[in-house]
Amino acid sequence: MRIVSAQKAEKLSFAGLWLCTAIVILPVLGITVVLVWRGASALSWDLIVGTPHGLLAPIVGTILLVTLTGLIAAPLGIAAAVYLTEYSRGGPLVRLVRLAIVNLAGVPSVVYGLFGLALFVTLFHFGRSLLAGACTLALLVLPLVISTSEEALRQVPGSLRHASLALGASQWQTVRRVVLPNALPGIITGLILSIGRAAGETAPILFTAAFYSLTDPFPNSLLDPILALPYQLFVMVMEVPNVAPATKWATAFVLLAIVLGMNIVAVILRARLRGSRRW
Amino acid sequence: MSAAEDKYILHPEGEIKIETKDLDMYYGNFQALTDVSVAMPSRHITALIGPSGCGKSSFLRCLNRMNEVIPEARVDGQVLLDGNDIYQADTDVVQLRKRVGMVFQRPNPFPMSIYDNVAYGPRLHTATRGSELDEIVERSLRGAALWGEVKDKLHQSAMDLSGGQQQRLCIARVLAVEPEVLLMDEPCSALDPTATFRIEELMTELRESYTIIIVTHNMYQASRVSQYTGFFLLGEIIEYGHTEQIFENPADRRTDDYVRGRFG
Ligand SMILES: Nc1ncnc2c1ncn2[C@@H]1O[C@H](COP(=O)(O)OP(=O)(O)O)[C@@H](O)[C@H]1O
Ligand SMILES: [Mg+2]
Repeated sequence: MRIVSAQKAEKLSFAGLWLCTAIVILPVLGITVVLVWRGASALSWDLIVGTPHGLLAPIVGTILLVTLTGLIAAPLGIAAAVYLTEYSRGGPLVRLVRLAIVNLAGVPSVVYGLFGLALFVTLFHFGRSLLAGACTLALLVLPLVISTSEEALRQVPGSLRHASLALGASQWQTVRRVVLPNALPGIITGLILSIGRAAGETAPILFTAAFYSLTDPFPNSLLDPILALPYQLFVMVMEVPNVAPATKWATAFVLLAIVLGMNIVAVILRARLRGSRRW
Repeated sequence: MSAAEDKYILHPEGEIKIETKDLDMYYGNFQALTDVSVAMPSRHITALIGPSGCGKSSFLRCLNRMNEVIPEARVDGQVLLDGNDIYQADTDVVQLRKRVGMVFQRPNPFPMSIYDNVAYGPRLHTATRGSELDEIVERSLRGAALWGEVKDKLHQSAMDLSGGQQQRLCIARVLAVEPEVLLMDEPCSALDPTATFRIEELMTELRESYTIIIVTHNMYQASRVSQYTGFFLLGEIIEYGHTEQIFENPADRRTDDYVRGRFG
């Protein structure tokens, strides 16, 4: 009697858990299907290179933006993670830093946008530019870069650090020659995921980097504003009349494809590198 | 009469390589070692035995200051290497760890090639490259009785070696920095009997040129390879003397009980 009910409970809980898991993938699937379905008629080569709403410039802008974001966030984030995992021995300062990181991760992205406007655009005189936008996005993804890097560093077994130290290596030599090389795959994966997140953000670049132009869409320097996909979509929907609905949906699809594409690259990379790694 | 003398502690004849004096060690408030005073002679093998948790590993880590890797660890007393206290403020820890090498309980090769593992130490400390480095690598691998097995695959991953080979690689890696003392913390506990036998043979060869201190829970191993043996119990050294004496005719009843397998 009890055994039967235990089996029943097992089946029921399995079904429940499976259902919840299935529900998680529905939105991703649903969004993609809707975007393709609604935008299919506009999805074409012409959408990318055609005028006036060709997506080439916003795609290039977004790629430049996230690349620069990565270049700024990576050294800061990795250095912070190395300090936190390899050097710090607790203490009030470290706890304060961790608290700051957690809270930084919780700040709404529009607040980053305003902060970037005040700091980079105005105070540092970067103007509304690629540089100001990348700095703002770098701040936004920094907590994520730090936590994924810390995670990757912690995966490196302590026994390797001990082996290095016992051979007379300094702490820094140990970090540089043993810990970092072995944590690098994880760090890079986290970095790609982080800037994938940055690629889709609208609010932080709204005041700091993005503009809408039909005449001069490509930046000539770090201090030029850029077209970016999320902002392009925002403008198409809210401000420019007479854009065919299918074009809007297709633009949204391209944006989603870029973000998902980066995530998939990160996941594949992680799986590959994990497979080749043995301690 | 000092505490050390009434605890049946032999002071060996001849040249002493490492000597501890009233060594205490703490993890936070927990005292792991109490008043350990023991002298280990040059170019001999000293075995440290005792039930697990009695402080053997902690003691070993005091000898090359590896306990400093553990944040809450603290040491009191002296450790003399060739008569100089290694806990003096001006001790160069890098230099110390070059002179006092360590082999760990589980083989821990770096996830790099066999060659790079052995070359790791020399590359840290010197600008050696090319054929000179090749020579060091070969000499160290020969010294660890591994050369014949790996000479054709030096650039393959060390992780592909068997456990016993990995442990000999770790020994080669230590030999490459040309230490004077080898600390070995249960180096065979993760190995099968054949691999264990090879390491024991190797230790006997290495004894000609190095001072070896080995922690082991294996009584037979201690009696086979060592000339001196120290028995630890609850953070204290109970008895220290010639290996035959410790195993055949110990002075302390607790040593007697332990070597006859009556506890621990
Ligand atoms: N990192 C550590 N932090 C706190 N206590 C420790 C640590 N390492 C060892 N100890 C404690 O110190 C005592 C001696 O441990 P250890 O030196 O590892 O003994 P053995 O090697 O003889 O088994 C044990 O009681 C153990 O719990
Ligand atoms: Mg131990």
